[in-house]
Amino acid sequence: MKSPLLSYTVKRTGSGLISLLLVSLLIFLGTALLPGDAAQALLGQNATPENLAALREQLGLNDPLVVRYLSWIGGILQGDMGISFSSKQPVLEILLPKLANSLILALAASLIAVPLAIFLGIVAALKQDSLVDRAISFLSMWLVSLPTFLTGYLLINFFAVRLGWLPSLSVLRSTADVNDWVAALIMPVAALVLVTIAHTMRLTRTAILSVMASDYILMADIKGLDRRRIILWHALPNALSPIVSISLLTVAYLMVGVVVVEVVFSYSGMGKLMVDAVSYRDLPLVQACGACFSFIFIFMNFLADFLCVVVNPRLREPKS
Amino acid sequence: MTTFLRVSDLTVKAKDNFILDGISFELEKGKVLGLIGESGAGKSTLALAAIGYLKPGLEISSGSVVLDDNDLTIASDSALRQLRQSKVAYVAQSAAASFNPFFRLGYQVTELVILSGFIEKSDRYKVATDLFARLQLPSPKVFARKYPHQASGGQLQRAMIAMALLNDPDLIVFDEPTTALDVTTQLDVLSVIRQVVAEQGCAALYVSHDLAVVSQMCDSILVLRHGKMVEMNATRSIIDQPQDSYTRSLVAHRKVGDFLTDTPQADDAPLISAENITLGYGKVQIVPNASIALNENEILAIVGESGSGKTTVARAIAGLLEPWSGTIKLRGTTLQGNVDNRSQNHRQHIQFIHQLPDVALNPRQTIRTALMRPLQVFKGLDGAALNTRLNALMDEVELPRDLLGRYPGALSGGQKQRVCIARCLAAEPDLLICDEVTAALDPLVEDSILALLWRLKEEHRMAIIFITHNLGVTRRFAHSVTIMEHGKIVESGPTAQIFADPQQAYTCRLLASEPSTDAGWINARELSGATGPRKHRHDSL
Repeated sequence: MKSPLLSYTVKRTGSGLISLLLVSLLIFLGTALLPGDAAQALLGQNATPENLAALREQLGLNDPLVVRYLSWIGGILQGDMGISFSSKQPVLEILLPKLANSLILALAASLIAVPLAIFLGIVAALKQDSLVDRAISFLSMWLVSLPTFLTGYLLINFFAVRLGWLPSLSVLRSTADVNDWVAALIMPVAALVLVTIAHTMRLTRTAILSVMASDYILMADIKGLDRRRIILWHALPNALSPIVSISLLTVAYLMVGVVVVEVVFSYSGMGKLMVDAVSYRDLPLVQACGACFSFIFIFMNFLADFLCVVVNPRLREPKS
Repeated sequence: MTTFLRVSDLTVKAKDNFILDGISFELEKGKVLGLIGESGAGKSTLALAAIGYLKPGLEISSGSVVLDDNDLTIASDSALRQLRQSKVAYVAQSAAASFNPFFRLGYQVTELVILSGFIEKSDRYKVATDLFARLQLPSPKVFARKYPHQASGGQLQRAMIAMALLNDPDLIVFDEPTTALDVTTQLDVLSVIRQVVAEQGCAALYVSHDLAVVSQMCDSILVLRHGKMVEMNATRSIIDQPQDSYTRSLVAHRKVGDFLTDTPQADDAPLISAENITLGYGKVQIVPNASIALNENEILAIVGESGSGKTTVARAIAGLLEPWSGTIKLRGTTLQGNVDNRSQNHRQHIQFIHQLPDVALNPRQTIRTALMRPLQVFKGLDGAALNTRLNALMDEVELPRDLLGRYPGALSGGQKQRVCIARCLAAEPDLLICDEVTAALDPLVEDSILALLWRLKEEHRMAIIFITHNLGVTRRFAHSVTIMEHGKIVESGPTAQIFADPQQAYTCRLLASEPSTDAGWINARELSGATGPRKHRHDSL
């Protein structure tokens, strides 16, 4: 008997790879269409027509678009993402440490945001229409309505400027120890948690409530099972599919959405790297960051779909 | 024998509405009481109240439910949970929906007894396997490892009965346990229920809207209507000498009428004919090489159990499913397979009524809007002529005209089905395809819809293809019948002839499975070996 899970995984991996290829094309075209000229930006005051032409030739900017795209993709497949225009170092060497920083930030935020949101969602569902339910809904909607950068500046204004408890900039030196890390992370993490919690929380609440209205929950109740077991053991697993989906999409959003927060807090991650690279017209770096972000996003989507099948016996087990 | 359950003057309200109004009865161990009534009569509420459960939003305003000397109306929530865990059990209508899709059947069935420590965790699947074997489930060991979606409806219903038995209950509530099953599967499950109730020696409440089933299963019957007790008596007394007029109409409904003998004859070509049509969805073939034909003014019933392909054939004739091969002809003219390619004239002549009027009517459109559309498209009516015709349509289907301004949500199930009939009638069709149109309705409402269809057929000289699994309706209503099984036409011919002298084994089994109110009907079936596992079971598909 062919396992539905395996065939699904193969199919989904294929479609994931195709999306990745299409996105790489978009990224490449997008950066190629960026206004301004890398050679001009690099040379600045020293730009003479001769210098510009020489630099263009050296950077390969005169080649046709197709050739540049193919050599870029070919490089990536061999683990070579090119040389940064501005620092002349391999892109990968610049990227990796920043990527690690970003992942640390996103992971810390996910570890707090997802469990907290699911917990609040369950509480809101259990106390449906009570004061607690309404307070949770209102507060989370209010927080999600604030733009991320505003939340960030409000946090800085309060905790760094007024109370002086935390550094206003999350700059990490190479000598930073654990305490420095924690101090640097608290506010960016808080900002990310506050803006992402609402969606997961509301979806968890809705999913639990719709499962609670089903016949098998009535049956569990009639069997005399206690309330807590019914909710955590009978209802929650059946609500898992939507919860897993939204949670992983939240994580994906966190990984990609760190850009604004990193800039606000001057946190040295990939988001800040990308924004800086755009202003220096450092095309290889921008492209590498874009590819990295889209890979993370597509992978998280794949993981969400995969886990949805894993947690659902109706999809996982063959019909008969 | 002493009284095990005593319900006295029980009144249950939802806000200010009476759901149950002054119900009293007593039940001894070893006896089965049938609760019968139409939907909304309060049968399920009463049965659940007897095991100490009220659905949210309901409250007991007076009376008492005394089970084994405990008054459940004053018991605490935890005491009630304790009672439901140990002394009573519930078998729900839809086993498919009542099993948690997340857990294996063997796990769910044994969940409670393991929580209460009656059996060891390590024995879980062994206990479940033994129990499933006792209920004659095929390969019980494999079955215990299955998830609910991997079992058929009849199997799940038996698994649910198994679950009810495991905590050794003194009272079991059966809430329409066979309503969702096919008629041959129903007979098996009924037989299993009788067997376990007898072995267990427990008291049982049997909720149903089907008087024939209740009369076979129960020692006495309580008739409910609008939350009030209409009549309660021993089963044979209810069937043979009903006292109340409502009970009399219920019983009369079951008494079979005469067959229709005057089958309309064809002048030349039949009105509609499907010749050697092969049908399927995607790559899966459902119906191989089927042919049917009917004449003007004729009623043809296509009868079969779920999955037999009867609706598939109807959809092909309506042009909703393009045949892989074969032709469909209207008065000798070949029709396009896809309704989109048929002429307006052809589309107008074949109209389709769905099983569930709730789904077939747009909840955001008034009845007027729903009926207006075919009149505008097919008849080009507008203004005063349109209004006159709308009113006439409402009169024809015996609905008050002021319902035109209402939304479907404000109408009862029977009224909504009448609107669907009126919508088809607006096109003035030659052929009406009725797909299980009365399956979701209570018996007396069903009768009124059938009477309406009959009258309209006579007045408008329509032919009707009547898709049904209900043999009683077929007998009363159809000139001819086509029996289907697994996508194949088993037998067809005049109804009276097929019913009196079936030629095929499947037809015999189908006819024998239809419950009757006759005394000893189910005993005769059990003795003749019509129940129990068969090698070739539709149910196990």
